[in-house]
Amino acid sequence: MTITLGEKWNEALEQVKLWARINSPWAIHFNSGSCNGCDIEILATVTPRYDLERFGVKLQGSPRHADILICTGPVTLQARDRLKRVYEQMPDPKFVVAVGSCAISGGAFQGCYGVVGHIDQVIPVDAYIPGCPPRPEAIIDGVVKLLGSLKKGPEEQRSGGEEVK
Amino acid sequence: MENEKREKFIVPIGPQHPALKEPGHFEFTVDGETVTGATVRLGYVHRGIEKATEDRNWTQNLYLLERICGICSHSHAMAYSLGVEKLAGVTVPPRAQAIRQVVAEMERIHSHLLWLGVAAHEAGFDTLFMFSWRDRETIMDILEGLTGNRVNYSVNVLGGVKVDIDAERADSIRKGLDLLEERTRHYLKVVTTDETFLRRTRGVGFTTTEQAEALGLVGPTARAANVARDVRVDVPYVAYAEFPVTMTLDTGGDLEARFVVRIKELFESYRVIRLILDKLPAGDLTMRMPRRIKEGETVSRIEAPRGELFYFIKSGGGEKPERIKVRTPSINNFALVTGTAVGHQLADMPMILAGMDPCFSCNDR
Repeated sequence: MTITLGEKWNEALEQVKLWARINSPWAIHFNSGSCNGCDIEILATVTPRYDLERFGVKLQGSPRHADILICTGPVTLQARDRLKRVYEQMPDPKFVVAVGSCAISGGAFQGCYGVVGHIDQVIPVDAYIPGCPPRPEAIIDGVVKLLGSLKKGPEEQRSGGEEVK
Repeated sequence: MENEKREKFIVPIGPQHPALKEPGHFEFTVDGETVTGATVRLGYVHRGIEKATEDRNWTQNLYLLERICGICSHSHAMAYSLGVEKLAGVTVPPRAQAIRQVVAEMERIHSHLLWLGVAAHEAGFDTLFMFSWRDRETIMDILEGLTGNRVNYSVNVLGGVKVDIDAERADSIRKGLDLLEERTRHYLKVVTTDETFLRRTRGVGFTTTEQAEALGLVGPTARAANVARDVRVDVPYVAYAEFPVTMTLDTGGDLEARFVVRIKELFESYRVIRLILDKLPAGDLTMRMPRRIKEGETVSRIEAPRGELFYFIKSGGGEKPERIKVRTPSINNFALVTGTAVGHQLADMPMILAGMDPCFSCNDR
């Protein structure tokens, strides 16, 4: 059964969807070869001192429930295909945040034989958070900025779902 | 005949899984809810750091090796520095050695509190997870104040340390430790008396002392099965000869014992840090190191938070090392998961795995 809505209804529905997305984005964390430094800082952001959940962000396990993919570390040969698969399993629209120097440029691991490169050589990235590792405040700032850019409206926001290289 | 036809049912977990923050793949063969076999597949975080050290000079390697693991970064840098200093024949000043030990013990505190939270989270005890991570911020603040960074402290340089502890800093460290000690006493009470929690830990993942020795376990995991194995006591390095620690042993051999041993080690760390702060030797922080290291090879062993960390370093007399081999504690302890999984419920698997405090990025390098 298909329901055809009037234009105004459609608009209202889009607004509700955007409102819900901004107020409670769910995030999934994938470590594609990180040293653990960024990972423990991401975990620290959900614990009482920093408490990312007050922005409605929830870390959870399945890519199929996630809006934001938080990536750490350079991409290793072993993790490349897994990273792509996790990205493809996420429903649209999806956003990717690269956390840490390694995720942005390969960092200290440039030139290691097991490292393919950085995150945006494998999947498109929407926000970069630099640091080795970034402080929890920086991670929160990055996620909040990403949420702010979503408010600009559907035309301007660069949603995911681009073809994977 | 019926039995032969029965197929094995395999539960694959990973590499991306909600239980741990790092990628690792596990396959559990199950009969109903009971596990009948377990295999581990590692290597998702293999970056090839050992080979990469051969392209970088001795000083650059310090920063690369520190990034083998973000949780025990100081241990890696310290093991490497101790090895290179031994090769070069340089004696590090006692004040630098003592500061290295202070930071190593602080790292143990942060690592054990982190583990306590993660292991409690696996048991579904999220309140303890949140509490222990809240208190862990105290030690993170101390580390940040002392070294300038929360995670990769980069305290070591070849021939000494970069940071100094003055009286004011020592006072703020003491204050933080007082708070932590009080909280740790509470955690010890929780993990030994909370009835619900004990049902998840008591008797789970049990190993006898003989089994633990045969599996080659190291670190707190081995000490929880009454295996007296601690590099800090057996072969004291840095300042552990002047400021000794006592080995924490437990005869339990199960998950509860692993909780108790790690928490009791925290008290030992608080004590030894206070002792060093009171009697910090005076003197220089660094010694001059040659740019080229004399030809030769050496091993250096230290006790990382997870167990014995082993470095083999070979120099050809040049500006770069010829070979560096790292053996981390996690590779030994993985035998515990495959060795004790059989016969347990599937739901106990995350607990047994978390109980050995796995570190995939150390292990895969």
